Amino acid sequence: MRAVQAVLAVLASALCAAASAQGALVKIDGSSTVYPVTEAVAEDFQKAERNAIRVTVGISGTGGGFKKLCRGEIDISGASRPILKPEMADCAKAGIDYYELPVAFDALTVVVNPKNSFLDKGVSVEQLKKLWEPGAQGKVTRWNQVDPSWPDAPIKLFGAGADSGTFDYFTEAIVGKAKSSRGDYTASEDDNVLVQGVQRDVNAIGYFGFAYYAENQGKLKAVPIVEKAGKPAVKPSMETVLNGSYQPLARPIFIYVNAKSLERAEVRKFVEYYMTHGAKLAKEVKYVPLPDKAYALNREHLAKGKKGTVFGGVPEVGVRIEDLLAREAKL
Amino acid sequence: MTYVAQTPEQIRGLIAKAKRRDVAFVALGVVALGIGFATFVALFVDMLIDGWARLSPEFFAQFPSRRAGQAGILSAWVGTTLVMIVTAAVAVPLGVAAGIYLEEYAPKHWVTDLIEINITNLAGVPSIVYGLLALGLFVYAFGLGQSIRTAGLTLALLILPVVIVATREAIRAIPGVIREGAYAVGATKWQTVRDHIVPYSMPGILTGVIIGMSRAIGETAPIITIGALTFIAFLPPAPVTGDFPFLSFEWLKAPFTVMPIQMFNWTSRPDEAFHANAAAAGTILVFMTLTMNALAIWLRYRLRKHIKW
Repeated sequence: MRAVQAVLAVLASALCAAASAQGALVKIDGSSTVYPVTEAVAEDFQKAERNAIRVTVGISGTGGGFKKLCRGEIDISGASRPILKPEMADCAKAGIDYYELPVAFDALTVVVNPKNSFLDKGVSVEQLKKLWEPGAQGKVTRWNQVDPSWPDAPIKLFGAGADSGTFDYFTEAIVGKAKSSRGDYTASEDDNVLVQGVQRDVNAIGYFGFAYYAENQGKLKAVPIVEKAGKPAVKPSMETVLNGSYQPLARPIFIYVNAKSLERAEVRKFVEYYMTHGAKLAKEVKYVPLPDKAYALNREHLAKGKKGTVFGGVPEVGVRIEDLLAREAKL
Repeated sequence: MTYVAQTPEQIRGLIAKAKRRDVAFVALGVVALGIGFATFVALFVDMLIDGWARLSPEFFAQFPSRRAGQAGILSAWVGTTLVMIVTAAVAVPLGVAAGIYLEEYAPKHWVTDLIEINITNLAGVPSIVYGLLALGLFVYAFGLGQSIRTAGLTLALLILPVVIVATREAIRAIPGVIREGAYAVGATKWQTVRDHIVPYSMPGILTGVIIGMSRAIGETAPIITIGALTFIAFLPPAPVTGDFPFLSFEWLKAPFTVMPIQMFNWTSRPDEAFHANAAAAGTILVFMTLTMNALAIWLRYRLRKHIKW
């Protein structure tokens, strides 16, 4: 009987130890594009704090994240695009102020099968528009229709599903209007499906986030992009995205921090950790980090209480990060 | 139909034809079973091979991580287990009680019929609808939060129709003479239900519970809708505490994730090493389901031993 009691006592104390690990909590939600970076930061931050501060990260999409942020349910929201006007209005109505902090670049990458050689010299935004605009549906089906020097072979298109931020940005940057795309292509929200599709078909072309290309470099070939006539063809890489020459498909991704939450020590600590270690961790998960100056500016904005967004609720294409951070923010 | 006189040859021919049909049906049945079984085995073996290298004790004891080799399913399997406990604790008593009432007590008229039809139809409602209902009702109206209890209640709602229907089927299989015998010796309705109906229908009810729980454990959509997390590197508070009253139900309010969400996240990663993690997690999820079913089958076997009629 004694032995049983002793075992129970040990068990109980072990369970208590587990229970007393409860502490401050930082709640994060939002975009699946920002998730890998935030997850890496959360993982290391929690370890650095020896689990005294707990962090949770959910994935409910950029739009879902803003909804939760403006309801005051979460402390931080990840976003693959800036906050839009209706979302700003929601936040304003609920009296929630926020900080907009760019944390990394996501470079959309146009990829083809490794056996494709006619696109080695690059593809222009103009040509991509011919391929992807809604008017091309059912009409532009062979490569030589876009450029006579290209082969007379069928085009197999692979792209993001219509619900993703990647789709919004690609159509905005290439076609000129968000969500405006031809519909007769293989669409998937799961980028691995697109990777496999392009890998299997010599005549395929597709687009998705840089990280998926970086992990599959042996199976795919990235196509250099010519922004405007007369400009050089630029291949996506850490360097070309960072120095701003890979345009217009490189976009910053953000975290939005509830200003009231930031008054709590644990949230402030987490955001500071993000700004200090974010660059290194973004690189580790195959995202392109911002220039060091950008993180410094972010910290300065936090210190000075520069709240709100610099976009005014309108999405933009091809903005340079320095210009972005120099702008005046508003709520 | 008119019967014509037939020669013995004709009759033998008829018998042979009937026997051939019999063999043909057996063959069809074997093929049908084979297709279903082979598909499951192929999928499971493929998953097992992909995930085999990742199956280790550490895989169970580690939290999610950005490094595939260090990522584990601790928060996911604990979350799934706790949610399933809540689901069973809510759905089984409610479902069984509702089933018994409908079968034994409810007056037989059109209102009851309407309720019955609706319950049967509810079993076919897409799970995301339950997720949306739970988000509005449990999370916001009742303020239960994005917690284990909300998830458990949501999945309980989802499987409630299955449990009710199974309970009714099981009760209907009990011969009427059992009831009549009980009433004949002066038992009340409640005594009959408690001492005869419930014990005898238990094996059938358990089958329904197995089907329901197996559906619930693999659900992702309603759980994501009510706000399950993807990265969570801590466990809910322990149910046993050092202070009086030694039991704590704080874990019901804790944030959580479940196995299918963890799996889904890993399959959509760019790094292929995570796909092995997803396969390993899938294998574990299959084993969790099988364990749950084995438990129910064992219970059913034990209960059946005592039924003699």
